[in-house]
Amino acid sequence: MTSAALALKGVSAPAWQPLCHRSDLVAFSGVVAWRETPQSKPCQIALFYLPSHTPELYALDHFDPFSNAFVIGRGIVGDLDGEPVIASPIYKQHFRLSNGQCLEDESVALRTWPVRFDGDRVLIEA
Amino acid sequence: MTTKQNLLIIGNGMVGHHLVERLVEAGACERFAITVFGEERHRAYDRVHLSEYFTGRDAESLALCDADYYDVQGVTLKSGEKVFEIDREAKHVITGQGRYAYDHLVLATGSYPFVPPIEGRDQQGCLVYRTLEDLDAIRDAAEHATNGVVVGGGLLGLEAANALRGLNLDTAVVEFAPRLMPMQVDTDGGALLKEKIESLGVQVLTERATQRIEKGEQSRLRMVFQDDKILETDLIVFSAGIRPQDDLARACGLTLGERGGVMIDDHCRTSDPAIFAVGEVALWNQSIFGLVAPGYQMAKVAAANLTGGEARFGGADMSTKLKLLGVDVGAIGDAHGDRTPGARMFRYLDPLTQVYRKLVVSSDGKKLLGAMLVGDNAAYDTLLQYYANALELPKEPASLILPQSGAAPALGADALPDTAMICSCHNVTKGGIREAINEGALDLGGVKGATKASTGCGGCATLLKSVVDHELAAQGVEVDHSLCEHFAYTRQALFDIVRVEGIKTFSELMEKHGSAGRGHGLGCDICKPTVSSILASCFNEPIMDAAHVPLQDTNDTFMANMQKNGTYSVVPRIAGGEITPDKLVVLGQVAQKFDLYTKITGGQRIDLFGARLDDLPAIWGELIEAGFETGHAYGKSVRTVKSCVGSTWCRYGVQDSVGMAIKLEHRYKGLRAPHKIKFGVSGCTRECAEAQSKDIGVIATENGWNLYVCGNGGMRPRHAELFATDLDDEALYRTIDRFLMLYVRTADRLQRTSVWRENLEGGLDYLKEVILEDSLSIGDELERQMQTLIERYECEWANALSDPEKLKRFRSFVNDERPDPSIIMTSERGQLRPA
Ligand code: SRM
Ligand SMILES: Cc1cc2nc3c(=O)[nH]c(=O)nc-3n(C[C@H](O)[C@H](O)[C@H](O)COP(=O)(O)OP(=O)(O)OC[C@H]3O[C@@H](n4cnc5c(N)ncnc54)[C@H](O)[C@@H]3O)c2cc1C
Ligand code: SF4
Ligand code: FES
Repeated sequence: MTSAALALKGVSAPAWQPLCHRSDLVAFSGVVAWRETPQSKPCQIALFYLPSHTPELYALDHFDPFSNAFVIGRGIVGDLDGEPVIASPIYKQHFRLSNGQCLEDESVALRTWPVRFDGDRVLIEA
Repeated sequence: MTTKQNLLIIGNGMVGHHLVERLVEAGACERFAITVFGEERHRAYDRVHLSEYFTGRDAESLALCDADYYDVQGVTLKSGEKVFEIDREAKHVITGQGRYAYDHLVLATGSYPFVPPIEGRDQQGCLVYRTLEDLDAIRDAAEHATNGVVVGGGLLGLEAANALRGLNLDTAVVEFAPRLMPMQVDTDGGALLKEKIESLGVQVLTERATQRIEKGEQSRLRMVFQDDKILETDLIVFSAGIRPQDDLARACGLTLGERGGVMIDDHCRTSDPAIFAVGEVALWNQSIFGLVAPGYQMAKVAAANLTGGEARFGGADMSTKLKLLGVDVGAIGDAHGDRTPGARMFRYLDPLTQVYRKLVVSSDGKKLLGAMLVGDNAAYDTLLQYYANALELPKEPASLILPQSGAAPALGADALPDTAMICSCHNVTKGGIREAINEGALDLGGVKGATKASTGCGGCATLLKSVVDHELAAQGVEVDHSLCEHFAYTRQALFDIVRVEGIKTFSELMEKHGSAGRGHGLGCDICKPTVSSILASCFNEPIMDAAHVPLQDTNDTFMANMQKNGTYSVVPRIAGGEITPDKLVVLGQVAQKFDLYTKITGGQRIDLFGARLDDLPAIWGELIEAGFETGHAYGKSVRTVKSCVGSTWCRYGVQDSVGMAIKLEHRYKGLRAPHKIKFGVSGCTRECAEAQSKDIGVIATENGWNLYVCGNGGMRPRHAELFATDLDDEALYRTIDRFLMLYVRTADRLQRTSVWRENLEGGLDYLKEVILEDSLSIGDELERQMQTLIERYECEWANALSDPEKLKRFRSFVNDERPDPSIIMTSERGQLRPA
């Protein structure tokens, strides 16, 4: 049973979870999604959508470690030196969309998750 | 066949040397063999700083050029060779060493110190103060002396007195006139000066005419005055004025002035066309100029005319500023006010700090004719610029000389026109400084090197520095004035692009004028809000429209102010601070219903804090239902119009200030700008609405409204300045329309009106010209633009509430109904606050 259960999980437990829809997103800006899995504690995910860029979708932690508030998804998207970034709306630090790295403080990085479209569905790695 | 013509210059003083430099610069050595005769054994030196010879500088460091300068340039310098005669017929000059033929001759023999014909003035210990050798003689004499007297209380006399003091002599100044520096100061100024100088331990004797000089008893010499009183002293320095050194000219029959001086025309030619005269020996238009700057100008003119150019000498300004014995003295233009009929004077005398200032102003009060300063030269640069450039004086000219109460209108480097003379010694204008910087001068030193500015009398040093700083900043900033890495334009340039090309979206602007090629063309948190603001100022489309949404700061995105815990504040408009009881009740009810903290703001309205993102639409639904509209507390836009209660209730009010405040607030609400804009309207001059601390201040008068502009509270408070008086309602609107639109068009990002105004070249006068006199003929256009924006006004919250797409944004989570669980409140004084 044990091995069967393991095998079953390996086959059917999806590596990617649906999070929301394309129509929930705002082009060149951010929205926030709630994510709760049995495996991990709930988290707030900031989703950024850059149509016709590669990649066109990014998922970062909505929590801003500088202000200790959940606000990252409400910042301004931009690029600095060609790297897409998000600016925190409170104290304006910049974080790289690709890996969450803070440009003003090397020691700080936001958590990131792999995300992708599946048709119009937004999937996030479990 | 190229035989060079002989050009001889008699005199190797400051001006003679300057002439050589100008000639060399003009390439004159190609066609002239130039020979210079100098009676002194030193090559030309800086006579202006002669006194520094006593304070550590030697002859070499005072020299005006390197030792080999003349050799290198191929100019023959004959130092220590005095010219005794000019033979105009043979065209020769004759010196102790020989005869020299000339084709052209220049007299630059300067002047000599005048020693009054007093009996006994030839004795040992009777000295003058003009050359290095004179100073050597004074130093020698001082070695065996304990005291010294200077005859003559003018500029040079006081300088000599200072030198004697420096040589440890008990020093006295004897002046024939009733006061010191009779040329520069009046009775009051002279009295003050005397007091100051006496407090430094220099004795001052005025109205003293020396009758004769005898052998002394205690000291070497004894001076006997008109009333037979006596003064004993070891040495006497005569400094009773200068006389042009015109013996040579007189002997050879050149035309002289009645009281001496070689007459010259505008080209610096004497009555003999082959002979020029420059510097202190020259008499132009009945005047001798005893300063180096006019001499330099003459040298320039003579050099041009000698080398086939054309230049004219048109007189020179004799304004001076000095520090004598540590005392500031300044005289500008008609300092006595006796040269212009109808001139009016303002005086300020502070006997405690010993400061005296006087303004001589034209009869209409608009132009500065002259000024006199004793004890404090701080105002000199500013006053000189008003005088030299005929700038219009502030409404209250006295403000220029009254003690700084904070609001004294200093004339910054930016306020000066390009033609403003910065260094009169070397004839360097503000435009010239900019040119030097354009041509690569990168700092003060570079500019000095390129223009020579401030290497003459040095009086312009402070002004030069501030102009250079300003110009460098202006240019430097222009480089960095690129808004950000995405747009190599200033905000103003972008504004014009948007307006002229009718560009309506960020992406179009980025494509056409941005750095889309580099990077991703996404923009950033600097250019996006800036462009968003520009688009709003031009077209006033709702900021929640899809194309504009990603551009906004979070406050604009959610049309509320984000607080430190991620909640928002809600500020409905309460125009003019007037609110009905019904509306007050609604505010209370809404606050109760949504658990909001309430506070009266500094802007006369009510702020509801702690709103969750999800609740914003419902809150606004109720507010709009009750007749409220958005207050734009979140935008860089018109905020509030603060009012006082005015004539409706107040016993002093002369106009309905609340009514006007409400009208103004409704007229301009929603106007987006480089920064926030605040108004105040007071019902009378008591100013309870603090209008003078606002960007736009309106104060009621018996006849209408006085308009003030560019005030600021906040970090750097600034009083608004009076802009126009007694306007009727329509004129007030029109003027504000123009003013605001001009600000919106030209200010930098996040620049309040106060900072904009301070950086505006031409200052308030320029603003007045453009707005009140329509000097650029853009008044109508500005008004039209404002009218368009006013017509397109729409409450952003009402707009958003009517559009389900837009409302979708007001969800904490796109995939979950719950409100943000991370927000935790606690309570304090009966209300909620962030935990
Ligand atoms: C709420 C209020 C304080 C209050 O409880 O009274 C306030 C609150 C804030 N002010 Fe203010 N200011 C408020 C009146 C003022 C005033 C008084 C006035 O308007 O008469 C001033 C000085 C007057 C002036 O602006 O000239 C004022 C000068 C500032 C400044 C400094 C501006 C400057 O030019 O130096 C800032 C910072 C900035 O704008 O860069 C600022 C910024 C702010 C911000 C936006 C700071 C921030 O980024 O969080 C605050 C958030 C407002 C919010 O969340 O709603 N606030 N602030 C007042 C709202 C007035 C209103 O009804 O809209
Ligand atoms: C102590 C002092 C302080 C001063 N301070 C200031 C100041 O702050 N600001 C200002 O603008 N001005 C000041 N001046 C005045 C300034 O120095 C003169 O305006 C300037 O030097 C005039 O230049 P010049 O070439 O016409 O005359 P000079 O500099 O006097 O040069 C004339 C030269 O010609 C020589 N010479 C005369 N006759 C003959 C001859 N026959 N043969 C050969 N050589 C001859 C003389 O020896 C002399 O070297 C000051 C002057 C003095 C003395
Ligand atoms: S400014 Fe004048 S009118 Fe207004 S409240 Fe004060 S005293 Fe009254
Ligand atoms: S004004 Fe004399 S050095 Fe500039």
